[in-house]
Amino acid sequence: MNAILRAQALGKKYGRREALTDCTLEIPPGHVVGLVGPNGAGKTTLLKIACGMLAPTSGRIEVLGEEPNGAPAHLAKVGYVAQETPTYASLTVADHLTLGARMNPRWDAKLASARVEQLGLDPKQKAGKLSGGQRAQLALTVAVAKRPELLILDEPVASLDPLARRGFLRHLMESVAENDTSAILSSHLVSDLERVCDYLVVLVTSRVHLAGETEVLLAQHYRLVCTRRAESDLPPGLDVIWAEHSDRQSTFVVRTEAELPTGDWSAEHLELEDLVLSYMERAAAPARRTTTPTGDAR
Amino acid sequence: MIDFHLDARSGVAPYLQIVGQVRQALLLGLLSEGDKLPTVKEVVAKVAINPNTVSKAYRELEYLGLAAAKPGVGTFIIRSLGDASLAAHAPLQQELRTWLIKARAAGLTEPGIDAMFQNTLRESAEEEK
Repeated sequence: MNAILRAQALGKKYGRREALTDCTLEIPPGHVVGLVGPNGAGKTTLLKIACGMLAPTSGRIEVLGEEPNGAPAHLAKVGYVAQETPTYASLTVADHLTLGARMNPRWDAKLASARVEQLGLDPKQKAGKLSGGQRAQLALTVAVAKRPELLILDEPVASLDPLARRGFLRHLMESVAENDTSAILSSHLVSDLERVCDYLVVLVTSRVHLAGETEVLLAQHYRLVCTRRAESDLPPGLDVIWAEHSDRQSTFVVRTEAELPTGDWSAEHLELEDLVLSYMERAAAPARRTTTPTGDAR
Repeated sequence: MIDFHLDARSGVAPYLQIVGQVRQALLLGLLSEGDKLPTVKEVVAKVAINPNTVSKAYRELEYLGLAAAKPGVGTFIIRSLGDASLAAHAPLQQELRTWLIKARAAGLTEPGIDAMFQNTLRESAEEEK
């Protein structure tokens, strides 16, 4: 099977502003991928390039083994749900399904109508009158019923209340399990994605800062708490992601692919959210990472 | 059929939480030999987690010899923890109740009782090694 997404030094500029810089990724198939980063990090740009709606200004990208070029055969393989899960306000729920059937060769009408019934949506209801949660579910239903190999969802749950959020993610996971679909979904909140994603990409200020299988990432990172010391006093082989020093104590977030050496510190694994935040903080304040316990920037 | 629930704050990996809940259901007699576990799709449609997490838990249950997958049909329990089932040990439970009454009378509160139990359990497990 082909990689879900393979990017090589991918970049996108809007005028002089870089929205995506030197992005290199290789995401194996069969994953639900969480694309995490603060607002404005470039998540939407990357997702739009991946579905062929935007052309990159540099580098190369392949999605499911092909360059996303808007060709019908490729479009049929990718289901895209844009930010704010747009639907046609003046069309009914049933109209959306008819439209989907006419526009998609692999449309699964049975699945679509079963889903609408299961969600308790009235087929005669205009989409404009649906609640935010129902609209999101309708958009997902249309994307899933075209039987794509890959679902791309841009901030699908950001505007939903917790109940609708849970309902949406259930529906998404059910579809993924049922059809062996891969998925990429973005969010600025790790907590939204923690349980549903098994692959994580952290994007900050237009660059990829971390990418990998969630379980592997969790196993490779530690929080070390010890008496106050400089980063350089830690054993070699530890990649220091984040450090904080108080008058007598130092706290480090480190990454190591080997086993953590024992030492005069307490070490524990981090939760996914803390792990991601330490990368985001490092990216947002690069000076902070290189502060020594004396406070001098190196 | 049993339902799984996941605790995000427990610090225990989600797939291990599922394994633990199957073991517990076996001990409580909610599951026994021949019972079918919910399909991966059924589980993720209820608790909104990654399907691979459930598959991994089921593989672990197979490895532990508690369940077996029948391709195209589902995953089934193949061993009861019947001998260890709680119902079969009513006298032991009664002794524990009596002990709890004594512990409370001695002024121990629930966290204290819990800590003492966990400590003793750990010590006794280490002694047995």
